[in-house]
Amino acid sequence: MGQGLDLFAAVSTEGAWTVTQVTRRARAVVEAGFPPVWVRGEVSGFKAWQSGHWYFALRDRSAQIRCVMFQKDNRRLPAPPGDGMQVFVFARPTVWEEKGEFRLTVVDLLSTEAGGLWQLAFERAKAALAKDGLLDPARRRPLPRYPHRIALVTSPDGAALRDIIAVAARRWPLAELLVVPTRVQGDGAEDEICAALGLVCRLDGLDLAIIGRGGGSREDLWTFNHERVARAVAALPVPVISAVGHETDITLCDLVADVRAPTPSAAAEAATPDRADVLIELDRLGARLARGLAARSGRVAERLDRSFDRLTGTLERRLERHRHQLAGLAGRLDALSPLRILERGYALARDAEGRVLKRVAQFPEGLAFRLRVTDGEVATRVEGS
Amino acid sequence: MARAREPLNFAQQLDRLEEIVRRLEGQDLDLDEALKLFEEGIERLREARERLTAAEAQVKQVLTDHAGRLKVEDFDG
Repeated sequence: MGQGLDLFAAVSTEGAWTVTQVTRRARAVVEAGFPPVWVRGEVSGFKAWQSGHWYFALRDRSAQIRCVMFQKDNRRLPAPPGDGMQVFVFARPTVWEEKGEFRLTVVDLLSTEAGGLWQLAFERAKAALAKDGLLDPARRRPLPRYPHRIALVTSPDGAALRDIIAVAARRWPLAELLVVPTRVQGDGAEDEICAALGLVCRLDGLDLAIIGRGGGSREDLWTFNHERVARAVAALPVPVISAVGHETDITLCDLVADVRAPTPSAAAEAATPDRADVLIELDRLGARLARGLAARSGRVAERLDRSFDRLTGTLERRLERHRHQLAGLAGRLDALSPLRILERGYALARDAEGRVLKRVAQFPEGLAFRLRVTDGEVATRVEGS
Repeated sequence: MARAREPLNFAQQLDRLEEIVRRLEGQDLDLDEALKLFEEGIERLREARERLTAAEAQVKQVLTDHAGRLKVEDFDG
């Protein structure tokens, strides 16, 4: 650290320091004179390098200072700050020897704006999801009424899983619960969750998925605010219930899910019908079935009755018509009767055998015949001709 | 995944039952057809009740083997 250098020797050219020596000395002085401090200022010229390190300047009205925040420190932050943002940084002042630059090595960064970086990252990711239509309420699918296979994406040893299993198994014995284990918080949890959701997509005959976690701090929820996780949830081929947020903290995962449940138990309740209710529903269907058949046979009987009435009505009408016809015929028969003709003064001549004699040739001299007149018969004989 | 698929799952069975009831309550159906539907309905009702009372929820765990194949095992959490 240049301790061996004599500051007084450097007053002449013979004792001149090298650039390295002086910057190293400056660095030692700066680092010894400053404990890590909180510094407040406005971000400008922000740049995230390929390496993952962040470079930017902090400034106020009259000064600015270069800052670096290494990847190992900034990875804990949900989002990079934007230019113009007012922030607090917790930093070690130092001198960067290669550039001879006074700068801050930032180990933590807080935004002073409402909600800070978390909020900022949330809003950014939310806007990206909204742009792709993933937050559209019309996307939400109805849950199946009688689910069979239900995937549970959560920590295998958390209270959340135990609650879901207990509630679902009690309510709905037809359920087959498929646990897809994953870490739900901590570094890299989002990768595991995305992988677990990938497995869910490959399950056959799945009806429904629940993604859940128990309680935890607000920061622990962050896993479910990753845009990647939200997109993986949105991409599931079956309806999803999200039970990861708190009452007051809605995660992006909640927003893209088809249904949001306040707790894992509530998710299990939303996912399954209650056996008792379904048995009642079955009774109701049974009653409707019986009533339906009764009404149906009643209607058939009614129709038969109606047909019978129509049939007898037709017959009666036909008979009536025949009666009229007969009466008419009788009248006409009556009018044609020869007796009626005799009444008008005509007579009918018949021989002994009863043959009607209609021509002169039938009346030879001396023939005895009978004349039928209206009130009886007269015996007669032909005399001369 | 080795689970044998039942000819109709519960949801489908109930759908069918509801359809039967609706048709029976509808207008255009002769008595013969109605009777057949009624009998099927009663049978489905009985099966559904049996399923509900006999079944017990199963809990399994989904894992992948080294080749990335899905494995479904009993879960004992």
